[in-house]
Amino acid sequence: MTQEKIITADKLTKRFGNFTAVDAISFDVYKGEIFGFLGANGAGKTTAMRMLCGLSIPTSGKAQVAGFDVYKQTEKIKRNIGYMSQKFSLYEDLTIKENIRFYAGVYGKSDVFIKEKTEYLLKQLHLENEANKLVGSLPLGWKQKLAFSVAIFHEPRIVFLDEPTGGVDPVTRREFWNMIYAAAESGITVFVTTHYMDEAEYCNRVTIMVDGRIEALDTPSNLKQTYNAATMNEVFLQLARKANRTADQLE
Amino acid sequence: MESRQFKLNKMVAATELIKTYGKKNEILAVDKVSFSVDKGEIFGLIGPDGAGKTSIFRMLTTLLLPDGGNATVNGFDVVKDYKQIRNAVGYMPGKFSLYQDMSVEENLNFFATIFHTTIKENYDLIKDIYVQIEPFKERRAGKLSGGMKQKLALCCALIHRPVVLFLDEPTTGVDAVSRKEFWEILQRLKHQGITILVSTPYMDEAALCDRVALMQEGRLLSVGTPGSIINTFQHKVLAVKAARMFPLLHDLLDWNEVEVAYSFGEYHHAVMKDGYNEDALRLYLLQKDHQQLQLKSTEPNIEDCFMQLMQN
Amino acid sequence: MKQFFSFVKKEFLHILRDRQTLLILLGMPIALIMIFGFALTTEVKNAKFAVLDFSKDVATKELTSELDASRYFDLVAEIHDYKEIETLFHQGKASIVIVFPPSFYSDLQHLNTAPIQIIADASDPNVATTLTAYATTIIMDYQKRLTLNRKLPYAIQTEVRMLYNPQLKGSFSFVPGVISMILMLVCTMMTAITIVREKEIGTMEVLLVSPVQPIKIILAKAVPYLLISIVNIISILIISVFVLDVPIKGSLVLLLSESILFTITCLSFGLLISTATNSQQMAMFISLTGMFLPTVMLSGFMFPIENMPWILQVISNIFPARWFYQIVRAVMIKGLPLSSVWKETLILCGMTVLLLIASLKNFKIRLA
Repeated sequence: MTQEKIITADKLTKRFGNFTAVDAISFDVYKGEIFGFLGANGAGKTTAMRMLCGLSIPTSGKAQVAGFDVYKQTEKIKRNIGYMSQKFSLYEDLTIKENIRFYAGVYGKSDVFIKEKTEYLLKQLHLENEANKLVGSLPLGWKQKLAFSVAIFHEPRIVFLDEPTGGVDPVTRREFWNMIYAAAESGITVFVTTHYMDEAEYCNRVTIMVDGRIEALDTPSNLKQTYNAATMNEVFLQLARKANRTADQLE
Repeated sequence: MESRQFKLNKMVAATELIKTYGKKNEILAVDKVSFSVDKGEIFGLIGPDGAGKTSIFRMLTTLLLPDGGNATVNGFDVVKDYKQIRNAVGYMPGKFSLYQDMSVEENLNFFATIFHTTIKENYDLIKDIYVQIEPFKERRAGKLSGGMKQKLALCCALIHRPVVLFLDEPTTGVDAVSRKEFWEILQRLKHQGITILVSTPYMDEAALCDRVALMQEGRLLSVGTPGSIINTFQHKVLAVKAARMFPLLHDLLDWNEVEVAYSFGEYHHAVMKDGYNEDALRLYLLQKDHQQLQLKSTEPNIEDCFMQLMQN
Repeated sequence: MKQFFSFVKKEFLHILRDRQTLLILLGMPIALIMIFGFALTTEVKNAKFAVLDFSKDVATKELTSELDASRYFDLVAEIHDYKEIETLFHQGKASIVIVFPPSFYSDLQHLNTAPIQIIADASDPNVATTLTAYATTIIMDYQKRLTLNRKLPYAIQTEVRMLYNPQLKGSFSFVPGVISMILMLVCTMMTAITIVREKEIGTMEVLLVSPVQPIKIILAKAVPYLLISIVNIISILIISVFVLDVPIKGSLVLLLSESILFTITCLSFGLLISTATNSQQMAMFISLTGMFLPTVMLSGFMFPIENMPWILQVISNIFPARWFYQIVRAVMIKGLPLSSVWKETLILCGMTVLLLIASLKNFKIRLA
């Protein structure tokens, strides 16, 4: 893990009218890190992610993603990142190959690149025989793994994962994280949000958002020491419990 | 076949339930599932998406007709006596099924009237929950946080004092604090005599149930108390941890006395074959240059059991 | 009963709190009737015309100034040759040319007949038709005033549509049409959508697993839209009478009753659509393309049924709006009593009953 910063955020803020969804958050993410972004629903995670993905212009503060400014270079950001969420998935009525071709094409990859890498990907996932099957016919766990592969197909510098393992069986969940590890080892930075606290342990560093602010940012082991907790779940409960009383009043 | 008497003693009895979807019935969503729930139990249906949990719930609440098998709820058959069942159960489907543009109070009043009752009549049942959302009673349901919506939906399902409560993935998409609070509420409800069936993809919630059914892709993997399921787990489990977890996992998998190994957050769980040698394993890992190595015996948990049952 | 009222109250709350939709529901009828009444008139005024007069006698001069004096025509040129007509049309300087043959007046006097040629720029056939009709009417009026018995050949047959509207006022035909359209939109589409919405958001499931009877769900949904429709009908009628000068010649009570009957027919249709689909989009789509569009085309409101090919005339019988349109025109514009429209009324009643029965039968008490 080198010290090159893939994301820098300095007092990044997003306001909707009187409501401050994201309140002056500052943090850095290094190349090749697995960066966990935790927080209760309504804490501002999704809003923060949208700003980093170039989908939403911040109200104030500064941030750069993959070297591009979040105000002025949103299109460049989008071209250089990958994105996957529980809700976004592949087109069920297209085949695996067609899906790959479509998304890779969106990111401007050449036909040669697509062809070669598709073969490689299918081999990796042991899906060679399923290449021309409709994605809808695959079991759920496979869809998620495939969706992740497609998200990083165009070799982005950073990939954003929004609760990618929701509702997936425990074995697939772990296989998914193996894929995340492999991606990180190959130099892709992984920015992931999750509700599974055991997954928080797999991250290099974790940040916990509460009421739009970053309440904690450190490695899992340091956080557990700081908060005198045995597991990340306990750390999270300690921090999030404070907020729960105020979150509803903010709305 | 279970006798009718047996069925009557159980609050819920499902026998060889089958559900198929698709024009040619090619999708087998529920594959001959049988289980029963005693009065006053908290029964968990544990499994990932696609396990068939929602289909089973819908069959039990009479919203779908089974394609095979049969089931009774409170002694009534889900096909023939659906009206009696619909009068007596409380149901909270997967999506938060409240009226977004009506206030907390309006939603609750509406559902009370639907069930020919009033909020006052059964207030004691929902009091503990309602006081948590009462400060927001004029607020539109659509503007509540996930945790609050969940509590309101629960109140609406309870307002008529049902004999059994069906909660379909009530904790999905809700933050960890609200999840914890929700289960505390369920425990209190159980003490008031309500039978509760809950479905969830979260394995750790299995431990909070009296009995559970583990499901995967329409099939029942196991039924019983969490303890009894864990007791059936054949092998010893070691919890292993080191400075670099990803390579550690690889090395564990390479060790042939390790049946299978999975990450479990802070530790990896290594399922060991019979007659394994712990010291040999430790030595091997140290030779692989794993720093800060920790190795200890640990109790398998539900997730370990689930994964083993899945693989069979 | 309390259960039912609770339901109706809930439906009202949904509607009243959705301000945007409410605005459309109540404002659209007013907007539509105003637009149709004022802007979309098919009247043409101040059309430019030219005269090719080979006679230049007292009759042709009188007729020319009569045409010019009317608000429909403005004389822009007097040409002397047929060839100039094409130039005029190409340059758009005139839309219609009246040609008087030589010895027009003397032929009238001595032969009792004289032709007039009306040449219209039919690149816009609607305008051409209208203008020739106007011109013909003016010429006919002139002819009547001459005491001699003369026949003037018609250059072009009168547009049938004009006959429905002797004073050539656009708004007469539109009021019944607009009422039909609004009721179809509000009742059919909105009712279908509101029921399907419950299915989409998941509350329908909860309602099913409860003591509520399906019929109560359906009726409770229909009641608010029935009331909104009555409000709409009244506002349309008020505007028609006081702003657009469209009189209600027949019985107001009869008109309102028939409108309410039609409202219920539309509601039933909406209910039926809602039992057929689980998505709001689909409900809207079916309502619009399956109901609304064909209704607008085939009910006689836009295009006369008599002009349609036989097969379409038969098909048009299926649409309730066709019968309602006839009833409204008969009662409102022609002032006829119930005895003249009992047949259509009966048909509407029959359709309503059929639709209601079909909806109830189709209503699924289970999810699949």
